[in-house]
Amino acid sequence: MKLDKYLDRSLWVFHLNTGSCNGCDIEIVALLTPRYDVERFGIKLVGSPKHADVLLVTGPVNRKMLPRLKLIYEQTPDPKAVIVVGTCGTSGGVFYDSYNIVGPVDKHIPVDVYVPGCPIRPEAIIDGVLKAWLKLERVRGASASSAEKVQKTSA
Amino acid sequence: MSGSGMLIFLLKIVGALVIAVLGVIIGLFYKGVDRKLAALMQSRVGPPIRQPFLDFFKLMVKENIVPENAVPWVFNGAPVLALVSTVTILYYIPFASIPALLGDSGDLILIAYLLALPAIALVAGGFSSGSTYASIGAQREMVMMMSYELPLVTTIIALGWRLSLAYPGINVFSLEILSANPIWNIVGPLGFIGAFFLLFTLAIVTPAELSIVPFDIPEAETELAGGILVEYSGRNLALFELANAVKMVVMASLTVVLFFPYNIAQLFSVSGFLATIIDILFFFVKLFVVIFFEATFIRVAVARLKINQASVSYLIFLSTIGLMGLLLIAIDYII
Repeated sequence: MKLDKYLDRSLWVFHLNTGSCNGCDIEIVALLTPRYDVERFGIKLVGSPKHADVLLVTGPVNRKMLPRLKLIYEQTPDPKAVIVVGTCGTSGGVFYDSYNIVGPVDKHIPVDVYVPGCPIRPEAIIDGVLKAWLKLERVRGASASSAEKVQKTSA
Repeated sequence: MSGSGMLIFLLKIVGALVIAVLGVIIGLFYKGVDRKLAALMQSRVGPPIRQPFLDFFKLMVKENIVPENAVPWVFNGAPVLALVSTVTILYYIPFASIPALLGDSGDLILIAYLLALPAIALVAGGFSSGSTYASIGAQREMVMMMSYELPLVTTIIALGWRLSLAYPGINVFSLEILSANPIWNIVGPLGFIGAFFLLFTLAIVTPAELSIVPFDIPEAETELAGGILVEYSGRNLALFELANAVKMVVMASLTVVLFFPYNIAQLFSVSGFLATIIDILFFFVKLFVVIFFEATFIRVAVARLKINQASVSYLIFLSTIGLMGLLLIAIDYII
């Protein structure tokens, strides 16, 4: 897999709702507002998984969404990162052990970053995307020092 | 072929390569400026101006997925056709005081046809990608094409017709002649208003040509998930983005050449090489102003129209404005 240094300055994000209550989804949209403005980091919400570099998955995976979740993961071109946003996706949350829930997300697709919270704060999502950068840096094989530098500048 | 003919031929090939590379760089630069300005207007910080370059390089290294039920040669050929046809238009447009590379072999009519090619490439790519969303997007793009061609051609015909009345017996659609004789200098007060109507028509056609808000109906990210481009990824998507960026420069240059071809070098009473540089810089300033009003300002100020609203506003309202401009120019000539 060929990775490029331009990737972490231009992450395009696809938002996938696998049965979320819309709480996390609204916080994701809040990222685009003037207050948080993630476009200044080159992060952009795109409408198609084919354009995306990062999958933002919200919600506990219900039975109907499972095939779609797998399909959309496969449709996202490599290199990619998966961020699970919200408590439902990370552990099942209040829906844990429910009869119609087959989640959490990491049971079915590989997940790189977990952002827990119900709902998450937009700052937490920005931090999660930054962690996804670090993952992509690791895949690229960057030295540990440069990854630390990114972490330091972000702090 | 004689020696000098061979030399000119070689020079043209080199010039074609230089213009293609410069056109792409300038297009991506203006795209970055456009995104930055749009962000500032929404009181955001916005991406850095080099963001479109970063996006382009990133897309080039991403995986290029061809869907299973796509027609591969059309699917992969469409982005190339879109980029090539857009760059070709640059060869027929004179920049500032530099004559067009192929100015003697093509005119405004050819440009009007070439402008339709990227849209046709988009339609072909959309239909060939085997996705319902892309098919709907392609159908909408076809409707848009049929709608905005009439006002665009009205503008072109009106300009050429008025020029042919003023100077009979010359090729009035040649861009060199059009830019040497701006419409504002030929017409009287009524024709001036008519020419302003024509400028307005061209300015409203531009967002549709570039498929930006309010006329980005074929792509419509929120309802069609990217529309025509929904199945495109990696290199193919990068080429479409590139074609769109170059088309922005093409449309803005067309507006500048047809309506604002004035140079300022003679005001500083300089000549030769320095005058050319000043003219080119002034041309870029004009491009910036035109792009600001035709693309950035419009897309921040208004929301997306529905396809029937867009079609009606082009076919009926904008065509009426264009024809009124033509009529005013005609009345101006008669009285």
